[in-house]
Amino acid sequence: MGISLTETAAERVRSFLDNRGKGVGVRLAVKTSGCSGMAYVIEFVDELDEENDVVFEDHGVKLVVDKKSLLYLDGTEVDFGREGLNEGFKFNNPNAKASCGCGESFTV
Amino acid sequence: MALLQIAEPGQAAAPHQHKLAAGIDLGTTNSLVAAVRSGQAETLPDEQGRHLLPSVVRYTADHVETGHVASAQATRDPLNTIASAKRLIGRAVSDIKSLGKGLPYEFVQTDSSVPRIHTMAGDVSPIEVSAEILKVLARRAEDTLGGELSGVVITVPAYFDDAQRQATKDAARLAGLHVFRLLNEPTAAAVAYGLDRGADGVHAIFDLGGGTFDISILRLNKGVFEVLSTGGDSALGGDDFDQAVAEWIMQQAGIADDAEHKVLRQLMQDARHAKEALSDAESVDLDIAIPGGGRWRGRLDRDTFNALVDPLIRKTINACRRALRDAGVDVEEIQDVVMVGGSTRMPRVREKVGEFFRQPPLVDIDPDRVVALGAAIQADVLAGNKPDDEILLLDVTPLSLGLETMGGLVEKLIPRNTTIPVARAQEFTTFKDGQTAMVVHVVQGEREMAEHCRSLARFELRGIPPMVAGAARIRVTFAVDADGLLNVEAEELSQGVKASVTVKPSYGLSDEEITGMLQASFEHAEEDLEERRLAEARVEGMRVVEALQAALAKDGEALLNAEERERIDTALQQLVEAIEVDDAGVIDTQAKHVEKVCEFYVERRMNTGIQEAMAGHNVNEFE
Repeated sequence: MGISLTETAAERVRSFLDNRGKGVGVRLAVKTSGCSGMAYVIEFVDELDEENDVVFEDHGVKLVVDKKSLLYLDGTEVDFGREGLNEGFKFNNPNAKASCGCGESFTV
Repeated sequence: MALLQIAEPGQAAAPHQHKLAAGIDLGTTNSLVAAVRSGQAETLPDEQGRHLLPSVVRYTADHVETGHVASAQATRDPLNTIASAKRLIGRAVSDIKSLGKGLPYEFVQTDSSVPRIHTMAGDVSPIEVSAEILKVLARRAEDTLGGELSGVVITVPAYFDDAQRQATKDAARLAGLHVFRLLNEPTAAAVAYGLDRGADGVHAIFDLGGGTFDISILRLNKGVFEVLSTGGDSALGGDDFDQAVAEWIMQQAGIADDAEHKVLRQLMQDARHAKEALSDAESVDLDIAIPGGGRWRGRLDRDTFNALVDPLIRKTINACRRALRDAGVDVEEIQDVVMVGGSTRMPRVREKVGEFFRQPPLVDIDPDRVVALGAAIQADVLAGNKPDDEILLLDVTPLSLGLETMGGLVEKLIPRNTTIPVARAQEFTTFKDGQTAMVVHVVQGEREMAEHCRSLARFELRGIPPMVAGAARIRVTFAVDADGLLNVEAEELSQGVKASVTVKPSYGLSDEEITGMLQASFEHAEEDLEERRLAEARVEGMRVVEALQAALAKDGEALLNAEERERIDTALQQLVEAIEVDDAGVIDTQAKHVEKVCEFYVERRMNTGIQEAMAGHNVNEFE
């Protein structure tokens, strides 16, 4: 298993990192909040937490996940999509059983 | 499924708690909205992928159109289609008369100082027109970012005065937007290039748009941008370059000046395309329809084009030279030159600007978008989406703020280039015995006399308890908020009576006027000093007259014989006459003379006063 991302998502992440001028990759995580239990987090990573982080690499992009979040995210594919004028990253998470209407949070 | 953006480490917001913010460049011709997403500022396009929104609003009987739709109808329905509302916002009806002669609108005569334009949907003010544009941009941002905006940063020209800034804020409020703050356009451009994170220094912002030209000299000092000077031409822009090319075509093709409007408009479009093509190509081939049949084919090469536009570019360079002089900086001190506005794409403009400032100008960021991008970066910081160590940009007051004191003198409470927000208080007192009211006249400018400064507001503080002159204590507080809006409050300290005013749209001030005002303060420095001396001498003279008259009325009869009284009256009369003369020296001399003549009288009054105080008391009580 592990974490993967689509070609489109990888392209966007690379361009955001280039633009930012620093950062080793992106962190994917979950935190316990939101209207349906868990919420996704996506952040730039400047420093790795050697003890707790697991690093995956896909399409030349480093995906950093802490061990705890990995339990909820294993098998997730990150995509970049567009809905009308809005665009951003999407989590296709096989572990999620239900998500709130807006999809920002989910339960396993 | 929600679409997520990449956050800074540790900054990921809880779901439904994202603080969305946008930067809006509310332009004369076109407007733009931008936002920071995944750490990157970008302008936001509409459904058709267009970033620019023409700043045009059309009012019909049953609905309001904005942007491209409205601007397409501008020539067909000129009276109901309002363009360039920015030129009118925050201006008084009297200003519009002088500046609106080229505008086709029907201005409604009203009592209020805000001009209103008659349209099919009723009378609208420039504030309402701007609000429509802001609404469309805000909706675009909310659709794009997927949520409600917590606030926006709107850019305004550096020379906008308090009234124009207030009117812009009012427009935002009308559009239902929370304004984090207004930001000066040149400052926004500097922020987009990250100059605020660089070393302290002086920067020039060269902004040549479609119809206006602005040059601003900014100094970055410990994270604060000061506007050292502004200049430009509110009627010089890309359109004039098109016009120059169109005239050349007409001359070459033998088209008469009085050709039909439609023909001329087509020519202007051909001219613009030729101009834009020449940004890359060395020459452009033209194929123009001649009215009445036939076509004219010709070629415009870059050298010819340059010769056509050089006189216009020279105007901008002259304005740069003046701006530098106003700012008191040498061209060598300019660290960076930032190019803003679509017309700075012309290679010839870049070349000449580079030549003048002796360095290649900054052109990496799209000059049409750079202001909006800077505003978006500020909005993102103000929304709290950035780590704390990001410094918050500050602005400064462009002109000094003060109030008029006795004799028409100006007491400056907040000097120019003070960083805002700021609040300053000073105590004032009454001039006459028993004075119960005081007029607070708020002025803006650098000159010594109130009549030479710009009057912002005037209000009265009533209910001052009657006291002898100079005994009352009135605290006047000037507060300028982060948007550059001024609130003035006067409070009588013993009773706590208060009066205040917030500066609202009243008069406008053009960029020429603002630089003119600064310039005038230097040119008139000497005569201002003279005038101040005269006014001060007058105030002092009048104080002596008032005090003496009050004393004479009280005990003049009792303490003076006829001969003494006459001597004092003569001296007093001489002083009253001297006050009328425009000579500070004469007034001073006469005032001293009165004091000398009255010495014995003052002494006598003191003695009487002491006797009265001691009457009925034992001497020992005073030890």
